Amino acid sequence: MIREKVAQAPALDVAPTLLALRGVGKVFSNGVTALSDVDLTIREGDFLSLLGPSGCGKSTALRLIAGLSTPTSGVLDWRGGGSLDRANIGFVFQEPTLLPWASVFDNVWLPLRLKGISRAKAAPAITEMLARVHLTGFEHAVPRELSGGMKMRVSIARAMVTKPRVLLMDEPFAALDEITRFKLNDDLLELWQDERFTVVFVTHSVFESVFLSNRVVVMAARPGRVFDELAIKASYPRDEAFRTSPDYAALCRQASDVLVNAINSTAGAHHDGH
Amino acid sequence: MTAIDELKLDPEEARRVRQERFERIGRWVLPLAIMILAIWLWDRICVWNAIPQYILPRPGVVLSTLYNDAGLLFSALLVTLRITFLSLVLAVIGGVGLAVLFAQSKWVEMSFFPFAIVLQVTPIVAIFPLINIYVDNQTTKLLLCAWIVAFFPILSNTTLGLNSVDRNLRDLFKLNGATRWQQLRYLRLPAAMPYFLGGLKIAGGLSLIGAVVAEFVAGTTGQSSGLASRIIEAGYRLNAPRLFAALFLISLTGILIFLVLSLISHLILRRWHESALKQER
Repeated sequence: MIREKVAQAPALDVAPTLLALRGVGKVFSNGVTALSDVDLTIREGDFLSLLGPSGCGKSTALRLIAGLSTPTSGVLDWRGGGSLDRANIGFVFQEPTLLPWASVFDNVWLPLRLKGISRAKAAPAITEMLARVHLTGFEHAVPRELSGGMKMRVSIARAMVTKPRVLLMDEPFAALDEITRFKLNDDLLELWQDERFTVVFVTHSVFESVFLSNRVVVMAARPGRVFDELAIKASYPRDEAFRTSPDYAALCRQASDVLVNAINSTAGAHHDGH
Repeated sequence: MTAIDELKLDPEEARRVRQERFERIGRWVLPLAIMILAIWLWDRICVWNAIPQYILPRPGVVLSTLYNDAGLLFSALLVTLRITFLSLVLAVIGGVGLAVLFAQSKWVEMSFFPFAIVLQVTPIVAIFPLINIYVDNQTTKLLLCAWIVAFFPILSNTTLGLNSVDRNLRDLFKLNGATRWQQLRYLRLPAAMPYFLGGLKIAGGLSLIGAVVAEFVAGTTGQSSGLASRIIEAGYRLNAPRLFAALFLISLTGILIFLVLSLISHLILRRWHESALKQER
């Protein structure tokens, strides 16, 4: 298959637990059950994808983890108690969500600025982060002067500039073209391998989830719940060779089958319910 | 676009280039030509019908009056301008201040917005007698009048802007533990800027109208009186040329205020806002 470093993937299996969701449910005020009885363990250094059809509560789960929303039932257990400091969470939205009036540099500065760190003091970290996402030289550009992929890079740099332990991503590349998406997938993996932070990645793309993650959690809708989990045992680094390998195709097939089952289970539940 | 470039173009593109060039020139030439034609016609009508000067003065007479009465008219203009700008400044402070207050809570906005609407919809001429009773100082009277007319568009637009912040950006600020003040300073105020500037453009014209109307109803006379009193005076004396000259000055001032505010708006928004992008292309 691919180059060595086989040791990395198994190592994740024994990594300590970072966050455990126990019986987590979320019911909105309009009566919609977005999530029902979710049990999920996220380990340190995981690249975990939440894969599922729209309406399965993946984004809701992510917002709960981010602390942007509180669960109706169940608990989120951060490393055996307490909640993780928000400074330790980076969030990347579906849209780049940049400040349109601020330069690339100032956009990345924002999380540090909100913590009271001056522009000059933050500069080294910002410059380094921009280099990591291949945006050196675009410091003074404003968002509208950038392409969609570049805007998303800024968004990732902004999420990572505080060196968070957890990066939450809500379908970040869904709106990008395939070539750009592949490039961003590669760069994200590179970043993840260097820093070994934990990623929770929401997506509705089977191929993207299999390519990126060591764990794919498939969710089903109505009510939103965890349907099944797949371990993607392929070793890192994963690159173009992996993307075209039979192993990758087989894993995608496997994930796709599980996803189809998850969707069908919803369809069944739907008919039963009415 | 040079002629050489056009040779390479197919007929459709060449037609488009020609049309664009016509539009570029026409945008300036056409209104100017119509304006000149209208003034010429005005002059001719006066001559052909032998209309006396105290009813309709010829354009040349208005111009020479503007020159001859310059001292009188421009000192009056200064008085009006002072009220205009002071009231605009107060409208900005009051409008933005109230909008920020409204943005703090939906309840505050719901409770107090009706008062702002009442102030806005009641004709200022009708309110003035009350102001006349309660306020002694002449300048304060005028300022209050012009302010009431001018502040509403700023308040209404800025409130809209402060409430139009992207939900995800709000979440981002929340995630990063931003304080209320930080959210206002770094997110909501900049996001409201295009809306505020839109309101400012309207308020600029309104504060001039407010100042002139206030002078009219206040009936100020004497040395420190503004353009409105010059117009009233000129009207009593059947001094139509001066009346026209004063009117000309007022509209010219209004246009200048609009242009200056448009320029400010463009300079602030040109790098990022959609409204400013079109002008660049």
